Amino acid sequence: MTSPDQIFVSAKEWLVALFPAALQPMVGALVSIAAIVAVYPAIFALTTVVERKLLARFQNRPGPNRVGIPFTKIRLAGFGQFAADGIKSLTKEDIVPRDADRVVHFAAPIVLVVPALLALSVLPVGRNMAALDLRETGLLFFFAIGASTELSVFMAGWSSRNKYSLLGAMRGIAQMLAYEIPLILSSIPVVMIAGSLSLVSIAERQSAVQWGVFHSWHVFTPWGLAGFLLFLVAACAESNRTPFDLPEAESELVAGYFTEYSGFKFALFFLGEYLGLFAVAGVATTLFLGGWNAPFTFLDWIPSWMWFFGKLGSLVLFSVWLRATLPRLRVDQLMDVAWKYLLPMSLANLVVAGLWHFTAAWPAALRWPLSLALLAAPHLLLGRGFQKRFGPRVYRYAADPRPAPANPAA
Amino acid sequence: MLGQGIAKGLLQTARNLVATYVDKDRLPTIEYPEERQKLPEATRQFPFLVHDGDDPSKGLRCVACQICEKECPPKCIYIVKSKDKRVDYKGQTQFYPAVFDIDVSVCMSCQICVEVCPFEAIKMDTAFEFSTPDRFGALLLDKHRLAKSAAHYREIHPADAAESDAVMAAESAKAEAKAKGDAEAKAKAAAAKLAAVPNVSPEAQLPPPNSGSDSPTMPM
Ligand code: SF4
Ligand code: SF4
Repeated sequence: MTSPDQIFVSAKEWLVALFPAALQPMVGALVSIAAIVAVYPAIFALTTVVERKLLARFQNRPGPNRVGIPFTKIRLAGFGQFAADGIKSLTKEDIVPRDADRVVHFAAPIVLVVPALLALSVLPVGRNMAALDLRETGLLFFFAIGASTELSVFMAGWSSRNKYSLLGAMRGIAQMLAYEIPLILSSIPVVMIAGSLSLVSIAERQSAVQWGVFHSWHVFTPWGLAGFLLFLVAACAESNRTPFDLPEAESELVAGYFTEYSGFKFALFFLGEYLGLFAVAGVATTLFLGGWNAPFTFLDWIPSWMWFFGKLGSLVLFSVWLRATLPRLRVDQLMDVAWKYLLPMSLANLVVAGLWHFTAAWPAALRWPLSLALLAAPHLLLGRGFQKRFGPRVYRYAADPRPAPANPAA
Repeated sequence: MLGQGIAKGLLQTARNLVATYVDKDRLPTIEYPEERQKLPEATRQFPFLVHDGDDPSKGLRCVACQICEKECPPKCIYIVKSKDKRVDYKGQTQFYPAVFDIDVSVCMSCQICVEVCPFEAIKMDTAFEFSTPDRFGALLLDKHRLAKSAAHYREIHPADAAESDAVMAAESAKAEAKAKGDAEAKAKAAAAKLAAVPNVSPEAQLPPPNSGSDSPTMPM
């Protein structure tokens, strides 16, 4: 009898043991791949419905609540919607513009989805549950793979031969390059403190117990908290989520870089975007939210993989909440946030992480205020300038040559 | 401080989210096929033909005068006048529409047919669910589908129906008075004739001047 915590691990071991020893590594890999390809798209399907329903609620609408099981009156509160959407996108005509570069146009959605799946493979989704444990390079591999989605965005935009696609792709590249830097810089403190690039050992390290009942999640430290928030902002931008959805801004660019995509390829882009979101949410969970660890030791009986997917789901829901709240940034504001706020803040966070590392012997009453002050000061200083730039704009016009109208009171 | 606005905004939207589950007023959607909004009284969609009594084939007020057919701007009314006459609900002998079609796919709901009809015979209906897979036949309403009772009219447009009923009542009162005037005149003429038998004078042959002031027409 295996514990529910290890149920999937044992199942895989049992399955692999059925094969001759020579084939076992290969079968093991295939099983892991099958799990990844099945689980994350399933979460994607669920997310599309939940997101639509939640967004509707944020806007005081009921949202999709009709599609249930076909030919019956069972509605499942609209959770059959993803099947209807899937069938629709599969059966829709796949239009390729006449002037498009067909090969590149065809390859772009694949180039988006495959790296997203690869990136998901290094996430430890539970105790002993990482499809690919890269001991030396886990996080590095993740970021390297993540960066290749930019290629897909540009391939899609360029090959479509459409001005909106190209503009969307340009914006996408600018945005992703700009936010890649704070994304990586904000996760470096974790590597510094943990002393490892392996996501598996970073997650394991956070199961240490502190203050009696808490697992030592990194977010419970000053640098962890700041790093988590910075990472969240940068991750939102990396996955093109509102308020950073400039590359596909509907009101300006039709649909951005996938304007010319329809049918299944469009669905692939959609899937790729969400897989990217899950990947960054999963990494944020692993780096800062304790990975598969429970928050309290007395909750350890809940299986580790439930904790991981619970946290991942919460982060996704939070991004829906953000989407329902914040309006889209302007391009110049977007660049400002990346270069004038996130970058200096993540550098300051590096200093704080260093301080934290070298003051391990100090009392918490001294360590905490000092670290928080080191973070709050640049936040306030950098934020001052933003207040002006993000406030209402004052428009200046050419001087009106006509005489001012006579004051009626005079 | 930077970030304050975001926190405030998040709080605001979260409040909205929760309110939709708690407060009925914060989720104002009316889910149409199951729930329906009460239509405002002035709602109008397409015309229908009013009939009195229970039998639509007998009670139609329309006398096939074809005024509405001529006035309809998009020409979506098609009427064929009957060859024979029949006794209508008032007991008068009238023509009736042998065919009365309205193509509601053309009708623009302008209500001009209603305005011009002198017989209070055509009124605007509130029914709007005409969706059909048959583009042509199903949207061409014939007189059987157009006929609805006066009670239906009173129900959907109470104020207008009251007005229309008043007009009809006044008219029938007028007709009655006229009939009475006629009868009286006839009786008088007969009496005069009778009285004048021994001494026939040319004036006595003429009908007497109308005595009833509420009867505008001369008796014939
Ligand atoms: S509906 Fe009215 S106007 Fe039209 S033909 Fe009949 S009586 Fe005449
Ligand atoms: S409402 Fe207007 S368009 Fe429709 S039948 Fe009457 S006159 Fe014609």
